[in-house]
Amino acid sequence: MAEEKINLLEKRKAQVHEGGEFAMEAEKQSLAGSVSQRSCSFCGSRVVLYPIADAIHIVHGPIGCASYTWDIRGALSSGPELHRLSFSTDMQEKDVIYGGEGKLYNAISELIDEYKPSAAFIYSTCIIGVIGDDVEAICKKVQNEKGIPVIPVDSEGFKGSKKEGYKAACDALFKIVGEDEPDAQKVPKSVNILGDFNLAGEIWIIKDYYERMGVKVVSTVSGDGRVDEIRKAGRAHLNIVQCSGSVSNLAKMLETEYGTPMIRASYFGIEDMSKALYDVADFFDDDEMRMGAQRVIKEEVAKLMPQLAPYRKDLTGKKAAVYTGGAFKVFSLVRSLRTLGMDVVVAGSQTGSVDDYKLLTELCDPGTVILDDTNPLELAKYVKEKDVDLFIGGVKERPIAYKIGVGFCDHNHERKEALAGFIGMLNFAREVHSSVMSPVWQFAPRRAGKKLD
Amino acid sequence: MSCNCGKTCAPVDDAAHACTADDKAKCGCGPSGGNFTTAGTAEHRDSTSVHSVSSSEAGGKKLTGENFTATRNACKLCAPLGACLAFRGIEGCLPFLHGSQGCATYIRRYMISHFREPMDIASSSFGEESVVFGGRRNLFDGLNHVIEGYEPAVIGIATTCLAETIGDDVNMYVKEYISADAKRVNLPHILRVSTPSYAGSHADGYQWAVRAIVDQLAVDGPNEKFIGIFPGMVSPADLRHLRELMEDFEMDFSIVPDYSDPLDGPVWGDYHKIPAGGTPAREIAKLGRASAVIELASTIADKQSAASLLDEKFSTAVFRVGLPIGIRQTDKFCNVLEQITGRPLPAKHDAERGRLIDCYVDGHKYTFGKEVVIYGEEDFVVGMTAFCCEIGLKPVLCASGGKSGKLSECIREAAPELDPETPILEGIDFAEIEVAAFNLKPDLLIGNSKGFSLSRKTGIPLIRFGFPIHDRISGPRTLHLGYRGAQRLYDTIVDKLMEMKQESNDIGYTYI
Ligand code: SF4
Repeated sequence: MAEEKINLLEKRKAQVHEGGEFAMEAEKQSLAGSVSQRSCSFCGSRVVLYPIADAIHIVHGPIGCASYTWDIRGALSSGPELHRLSFSTDMQEKDVIYGGEGKLYNAISELIDEYKPSAAFIYSTCIIGVIGDDVEAICKKVQNEKGIPVIPVDSEGFKGSKKEGYKAACDALFKIVGEDEPDAQKVPKSVNILGDFNLAGEIWIIKDYYERMGVKVVSTVSGDGRVDEIRKAGRAHLNIVQCSGSVSNLAKMLETEYGTPMIRASYFGIEDMSKALYDVADFFDDDEMRMGAQRVIKEEVAKLMPQLAPYRKDLTGKKAAVYTGGAFKVFSLVRSLRTLGMDVVVAGSQTGSVDDYKLLTELCDPGTVILDDTNPLELAKYVKEKDVDLFIGGVKERPIAYKIGVGFCDHNHERKEALAGFIGMLNFAREVHSSVMSPVWQFAPRRAGKKLD
Repeated sequence: MSCNCGKTCAPVDDAAHACTADDKAKCGCGPSGGNFTTAGTAEHRDSTSVHSVSSSEAGGKKLTGENFTATRNACKLCAPLGACLAFRGIEGCLPFLHGSQGCATYIRRYMISHFREPMDIASSSFGEESVVFGGRRNLFDGLNHVIEGYEPAVIGIATTCLAETIGDDVNMYVKEYISADAKRVNLPHILRVSTPSYAGSHADGYQWAVRAIVDQLAVDGPNEKFIGIFPGMVSPADLRHLRELMEDFEMDFSIVPDYSDPLDGPVWGDYHKIPAGGTPAREIAKLGRASAVIELASTIADKQSAASLLDEKFSTAVFRVGLPIGIRQTDKFCNVLEQITGRPLPAKHDAERGRLIDCYVDGHKYTFGKEVVIYGEEDFVVGMTAFCCEIGLKPVLCASGGKSGKLSECIREAAPELDPETPILEGIDFAEIEVAAFNLKPDLLIGNSKGFSLSRKTGIPLIRFGFPIHDRISGPRTLHLGYRGAQRLYDTIVDKLMEMKQESNDIGYTYI
C-alpha cells in the first residue's frame, strides 16, 4: 500500500497548534465523525463515583453502558469492594415503551437488601432522559424505605463530555456531605484529598506523605472512598484538589458551604509531588509541618535518585508524545519525562481549556505540537512525523502507537501501576524504560528503515 | 488432614496449618491470598465485600440465586458492538455509530482490549439539541467528516439505543444524504443497520448487521459457482482457518464478514486509516447469485438470519449448521461442503481429523466425567457443549446472557448425550452463574475472561475461550473451529486437567 497522507479535517484546524503564534480553540463539542477519543458524561460521573467502595452503583438503562464499565478501573479499596460489581436495570423493549420506573424501584430495593451498602448511586444513561422516567422520585422513595442515601446521578451521555459528568458526580457527592452532625467542629491541621481515585493504591502513598508531615486526612474523594467519610468532608480545613479538576466542583461547593478553601496539586513527578507537600505546609503556615514536608521529600528523593540514574542514562534524548483526559496531567508528565532526560514533542488532552494549552505551549520546547480533543488519525500523523520513541495515553491510544512500532505507557484511570508519589516516579521510570528500550522495536518497519507494506 | 474444600489438598499433619491460602492455591481449590471457602462450608463473608451466598443457598439445591430484577455482572454486551465487529469485516469499511459519543468510545475501548488492534468507530456525537430535533444534522456532518478524514469505501452505520428511542429514521436520512450529493463520484457505500440495544445482545447486533449488509449489497443474477459463508462471531484465527478449509475445497467462496486481517494484522510502517483486509463489497454483491450459502449459527431466528433472507429474495440454497466446534460439528460442516462442492474432504484435513481422534484416545481418562460450566454467546455455548460432551467432559450448566429462546433445543440436538438434568439457562448473568458454581462445584469453567472474578472467588480454574478475552494476549489467535481448532481446545483442556492432577498430590509425579 502506498504511503497514506493524513490531512487535518478543515474544522479541526483551530484545535491543533503546530508552532508559530498561539491561536488555539478548545472546549468545543466533539466534531461529528471525527472519531474523537472522548467519551460521554456518563463516563465522567462513573469515573468520579466509581471508587466509593461501600456504595452500590446501578446503571439505569440498556445493558451496554454497565457492561463496558464493569470492574474497568484500577481503583483499590482497603475494605469493601462493591464498586467492582456491575448492576444494571438492563432495559428491554417493553421498559422503553412503558417506562422503567417499576423495574428501577425493584432493582434498587432488592440490591440494597442483598448487598447492604451504605448508599446507592443511580446513573441515568442516554435513553432515560428521553423516556422521562422520574428517577429522582424513585430514589427518594427507596431512600425513605431503606434509610440509606439513594442518589440519582444525572449522567445521560448526550448531555456533554466527561466534564459535565464530573459535575453531575459532584452534585451527587455533595448530597451526602454534612449529613451526619450538623455542627461538627473542624479537625485541626486537616485536609481532604480530592480528585484521586486510588488507582493501584496511589492515595495510600499520598496519604502516608501527608500524615508523616503531621497533616490529618479527613476524607479522600473518591479513592478508597466510604460514604461515612464523605459525610465528614466539611470538617477539614483545606481541600487539596488533584489537578485533573474532576472534583473541583465539589471543592467549590465545600468552599461556599463550609468556607473550606482549596489548592490544586499534582502527585506525579518529583517536582509536582514536592510542591504538593510544601503547598499544604504553606497554607497552614506551620514551620513544623514545613520541616516535616522537607524531611519526607529528603528521605524519599535520597532513596529515589540513585535508582533513577540508570534509566535516565538510557532515556536521555528520546522523544515522547503525551495525550491524556485532563490537561493538568500533561504538565506533570512533561516535567516527569524531563526528569528522565526525555523531550515531549506532541502533547494534548481531551478536555483542556485554551489557557491550559497556552501554558502547555510555554512549558514545552518550541515546535511541540499541541492537540485538543484529537483523534486516531491526527495522533498517528504527529507521532510518526515527530518520530517519537514513546507515547503516553489510554487504552484507545495504545494500538495507534503499537501499529507504527512505538513504545507505549498507560496513564489513565485503568492503569494498574502506581505512578503517583516518589515511589510512583520510580515505577514510571521503569515502565517508560521497558517501553522504550525493548529490543522488539528493531523489527518494526519504522525502525528497520524498510517499508513492509 | 486435608483441606476441607472436599478436593485433595496437599495433606498437612498439623491442624493449625490446615487449609492455608497456599495449600488451596496448590490444590487448585482456591486462589492464593483469596478469602474464599468453597460451597458446602458456606462461610459467610462480609456482606458488603462481595456477593454473599447464604448457607441455605450453598447447602440447598438453589441454582441461580434469587430472581433479581437487576442484571448483576452481565454475561452480554449491547447490540451496536456486534454491528461494529461485523462492519470491521467489510473491506474498506469504517463503522459509524449514530448516537452519542460515549457508546463509540466504550465499544472501541472494549474491542481494543480483546483484539489489541486499532478499532476506529466514528460517532455522530449527539448533543442535547440532537435529542430534541433529531440527529439528521449530526449524521450529515459526521458522514462528511468521515469521508474527508478516512476516505472509506464503505461506511457502516449502526444506531445506538438513543437514536432508536428518539425515532431517527436513518434510512431516510441516508437517502437524502446520497441524493443531495448525487454528483459526487467517490461516495462510499453507506450501509445501515438498526441496533436498539434494548432489543438484543451484542450477538444479536452482529447477526442483524450481517443480514443488513447482505440485504443492502447482494444482487440477483445468473447463478455462479460460488459459496457464501456466514461464520458467526468467531476469532480471527477461526476465520483464517475457515478460509484455508474453503480454499482446500477449491471452490470460489466468500466469508461474510471476515475481520481476520483488520483485527489481527501486522505492524505497519505507516498508519493505515482503515486496516487492509475484510470481505470486498463486490463479493457480497455476488451472494445473490451464489450456488449455496452456509450459516454457522444454530440459535439464530429467521428474522435475523442473512441466509434466510437470501433464500427469500433469491431462492438461494441454504445450509445451516452450528459453529463447527469439535469433531461431530465439524463433520456436519464438512459434509455440507462435500455435498455442495462434490469433492471429498481434502486429505490435509482428513489427516488432522485422524490425529485429533488419536489425541482424544490419548487423553480420554483425564477428561472423563470432569464437570464443567460453559457460558458465553449462545452459538458458542451450543458448539462448546457438543465438543465437551464428545470428549467425556460433563457439562453441569450451560449458560448465556443471550435470549433466543432456542438455546436448550439447539444444545439437546447438538449434544444428545447431555444429561437431561443439566440446566440450560438463557438470559443469565454472572451473579447467577456464581451461585450455580458454588452449588455445583464443577472442576472447570469454560468461557470468556469475564468469568475471571468468579473463578478467583470460587477457586475453580477458568479456561478462556470465546469473546472477550481481556486478560490474556491470545484471544484473537485462539482457534476454536474445525478439526485443528478442536485439537487446540483439546490440548488446552487436557493440559490444564493434567496440571491440576499433578499439583493436587503432594508427590508431584513427573510421569502422569
Ligand atoms: S447508551 Fe445504549 S448503545 Fe450506547 S453503550 Fe449504552 S447501552 Fe450501548
